[in-house]
Amino acid sequence: MSARRNPMEPQRLGHALETLGAWVLALLWILPLAYAFWTAFHPPEFATRFDPLAPLSLQNFVNAWNAAPFASYFVNTIILVTMILAAQLVLCTLAAYAFARYAFFGRDVLFMLVLVQLMIMPDVLIVENYRTMAALDLTDTITAIGLPYMASAFGIFLMRQTFKTVPKELDEAARVEGASALQVLLKVYVPLARPVYVAFGLVSVSYHWNNFLWPLIVTNSVGSRPLTVGLQVFSSTDQGIDWSIITAATLMTSAPLLIAFLLFQRQFVQSFMRAGIR
Amino acid sequence: MHRFSVHIHGWLLVLPAAVLLAAFTHYPAVATLLHSFYSTPKAARPAVWVGLDNYRAMIEDPVFWQVLGNNLWFALGTIPASIALAMLMAMWVNGKLHGRAFLRLAYFTPTILPMIAVANIWLFFYTPTYGLLEQLTVDLLGLPSHNWLGTPSTVLACLIVVTIWKEAGFFMIFYLAALQAIPPALAEAAAIEGAGRWTYFRRVVFPLLMPTTLFVLVNAVINSFRLVDHIIVMTRGGPDNASSLLLYYIYDVAFKFWDSSYASTLTIVLLAILASAAIMQFAFLEKRTHYQ
Amino acid sequence: MLTRAIQQTAALAAATLIAGSAAAQGVEISFYYPVAVGGPITKIVDGLAADFEKDNPGIKVKPIYSGTYQESVVKALTAHKAGEPPVISVLLSTDMYTLIDEGAVIDWSSVANSADDKAWMKSFYPAFMENSETGGKVWGIPFQRSTIVLYWNKEAFKDAGIDPDRPPQSWKELIDYAQKLTKRDASGNVSQWGIQVPSSGFPYWLFQAFTTQNDVVLMNKDGTKTSYDDPKVIEALQFWVDLSRKYKVMPPGIIEWGTTPKDFFERKIAMMWTTTGNLTNVRNNAKFDFGVAMLSSGKRRGTPTGGGNFYLFNKSTPQQQAAALKFVKWVTSPERAAQWGIQTGYVATRPDAWSTPEMKKYAAEFPAAAVARDQLQYAVAELSTHDNQRVTKVLNDGLQAALTGAKTPEQAMKDAQREAERLLRSYQRR
Repeated sequence: MSARRNPMEPQRLGHALETLGAWVLALLWILPLAYAFWTAFHPPEFATRFDPLAPLSLQNFVNAWNAAPFASYFVNTIILVTMILAAQLVLCTLAAYAFARYAFFGRDVLFMLVLVQLMIMPDVLIVENYRTMAALDLTDTITAIGLPYMASAFGIFLMRQTFKTVPKELDEAARVEGASALQVLLKVYVPLARPVYVAFGLVSVSYHWNNFLWPLIVTNSVGSRPLTVGLQVFSSTDQGIDWSIITAATLMTSAPLLIAFLLFQRQFVQSFMRAGIR
Repeated sequence: MHRFSVHIHGWLLVLPAAVLLAAFTHYPAVATLLHSFYSTPKAARPAVWVGLDNYRAMIEDPVFWQVLGNNLWFALGTIPASIALAMLMAMWVNGKLHGRAFLRLAYFTPTILPMIAVANIWLFFYTPTYGLLEQLTVDLLGLPSHNWLGTPSTVLACLIVVTIWKEAGFFMIFYLAALQAIPPALAEAAAIEGAGRWTYFRRVVFPLLMPTTLFVLVNAVINSFRLVDHIIVMTRGGPDNASSLLLYYIYDVAFKFWDSSYASTLTIVLLAILASAAIMQFAFLEKRTHYQ
Repeated sequence: MLTRAIQQTAALAAATLIAGSAAAQGVEISFYYPVAVGGPITKIVDGLAADFEKDNPGIKVKPIYSGTYQESVVKALTAHKAGEPPVISVLLSTDMYTLIDEGAVIDWSSVANSADDKAWMKSFYPAFMENSETGGKVWGIPFQRSTIVLYWNKEAFKDAGIDPDRPPQSWKELIDYAQKLTKRDASGNVSQWGIQVPSSGFPYWLFQAFTTQNDVVLMNKDGTKTSYDDPKVIEALQFWVDLSRKYKVMPPGIIEWGTTPKDFFERKIAMMWTTTGNLTNVRNNAKFDFGVAMLSSGKRRGTPTGGGNFYLFNKSTPQQQAAALKFVKWVTSPERAAQWGIQTGYVATRPDAWSTPEMKKYAAEFPAAAVARDQLQYAVAELSTHDNQRVTKVLNDGLQAALTGAKTPEQAMKDAQREAERLLRSYQRR
């Protein structure tokens, strides 16, 4: 197949202008991250001065690591996003299967109620959810951070949409061979929805890795605090802002996601494509 | 399948998710409504029924109106701009420009960084005199110095910029996926018909992107009410509530002033706004999604 | 319910194990501590906890670092409402009324009963006790207290032809010096401002310096009335506003607290008002000779006190309370108060701390450290009322409105007073 030129692509001058525009925007967009790199790797005197001959230094990272228990924060965050994702995958799959293939009593009403959560997220119900957590005696635990998010309306919606596109013939063929409902789910539906799971997983992990307000309210101690809250507690100060140490801490905490994205860029985009999230 | 077991099995499958949703979405929403009709319990005084008193107080609260106005301006400022920018970015990244991989990376990076972290960096950008923005406008261009975050007329715009920066890349990915699903034959057909680039975009691409746009719109609306992390770091709602948003005000009232019933009242307003936005958008969205 | 039952069983099992071992009684006291980056404070606090545990086996001290003062009081009250408060917390002295109204704390005077204890409670500077007592009871024990001080860049003074060792003594001199120090280029851009008084976050604190120097107080002793619209208060606000609008020696708009020290190090400002708690920070980062002085006198000298006290939360057991008392007495002993002051830059909270050998030596080497202490005689209580956060916020909003020119000082203060009266009405009926 020859690569025919898309007639709707700009030619020469238009192409050059667009490339320039795109690059200027990209450089603007990456500026904060670039600044973070600059400030984190240079001594504090150069946080606001961009002297190209300035000496490099790793001291900021050392200071940042020592100033707060980032190791604990990392562990907490990893446990948190894993817990949430695992629960979401299970709960949303089951629920979506029911919505897609079972005409049970009250299904449509229930589905509408589920969709409510798409707009009214737990984030805006902080006051009441905090009360609930207190009543359940779960405050200051990682579970408390994750619980409101484990039944994800977005996940259910996505899975239902995907399951509905699975041809009924496959379903019936599996049943003819004696498979139970759950086995059909596991052997037929889930494998076909893999790209959607990947896309959803990526969205879920990055959302919960970076979530701040609810974890701030519900956690108090190092044992349950995730990275975002740790970062804020660490950088808010009565004694003045020290950008060198804040950017060093920022880079440390964002590194996993950044590196993962760098390595898996294409897969990231492709999974969104295949998921047909349109 | 036995008809009865369809219902039982259906409900069993849905039950775990439904319980959690009820506990953390539906129940709190209803409880919020209930609590807005009571006074705030304190150590010496338990809660009493006060009917619409909290709502009356809210209507008389000038800060509430300011915060509501701010949030609507904020939504207006961030939603169209980030969607338009996302579409533009997606088209650039989808096209044959040099260094697409770098562009894609640059546009998407803000999404991965936690807002809490980047807010501090933006604080530096906006700092008067030696902040990055001032170094450009004052030192390089000779314009007068400006206290961007410390002036009520510019502070909200500054936060809008930060939000657009954070959001556009995320929406770009959705548009990218949608663009790559458009068959190239369409472009050729349009060219044969003599259509220019702008016409092609307006009559072919844009309508095909509608489902994505609606999906992205839902997200953008939610985010414009949900994201307050940058306020916490950069302005704390100041100066004089010029940069305070509804959810931030709710957080202040609930967890700084400990006035839980007023916080519930404010939350009802927020829920009402989100619900009406939802109804308007889902009427659209459900119509456009096809199933087999 | 089940979790509670499991927890209680586990606690019982643990308690039995401990009781089974030799005489020691296992008590744990957790305490919320507002940490600030800019010094190895967490290491110091951890060190204090470890030292105390060595001297007192059987008591474990667990510091929980909880962000700024504002964030810490939120966390402490949140924890209290969830039924899991800490035993003690270091929180703002001004949070006293709020904590009492929420039923979260008990007064130290009820656990500190012995004659020795009573003497200990009387050993702190009176200025610091003003925000720590009400209704005849002691609710907070001063720990890390501060005042506002003036820092000035001696090199900048020399450049401007001012005696580098003489800070401005009066409001008039303040304006005079600031005008000489403000460097403007031909197009009107300022490369160095004369004076900077931050106004973000909690401008009321800085404002109290102006009002005290203008010989007026903002609230009554019971925390039930404010006087935001007193003509002398409006006058003080006018002076603050004039610094940027009329005399043009201070940047316009709202000035960020967090970046003010940095502005000073970058030589963008020649003088700044900030907490004495920044002393170590300035000492480490200012690459020029600097001075520290009391604030200039208006009708009189003055500054609010600031900083945190130890509070005792009321869901603690009697053993925890006894252990907490022991810890707080230990950590506020003259030697440790001195040590704390030296390491952090906060004012050592009791007179006898200043007579310890280490402190005398330190003050001799570094006179700047004693400035805040000397200023204590002119210090007044920090603004603190019932429903404190809100009553303070209406003042903050008003101050910011005046400083940005959105309202005149008179209008801003009148509006603030009206709001404050509305909020405090229910507390005046008592």
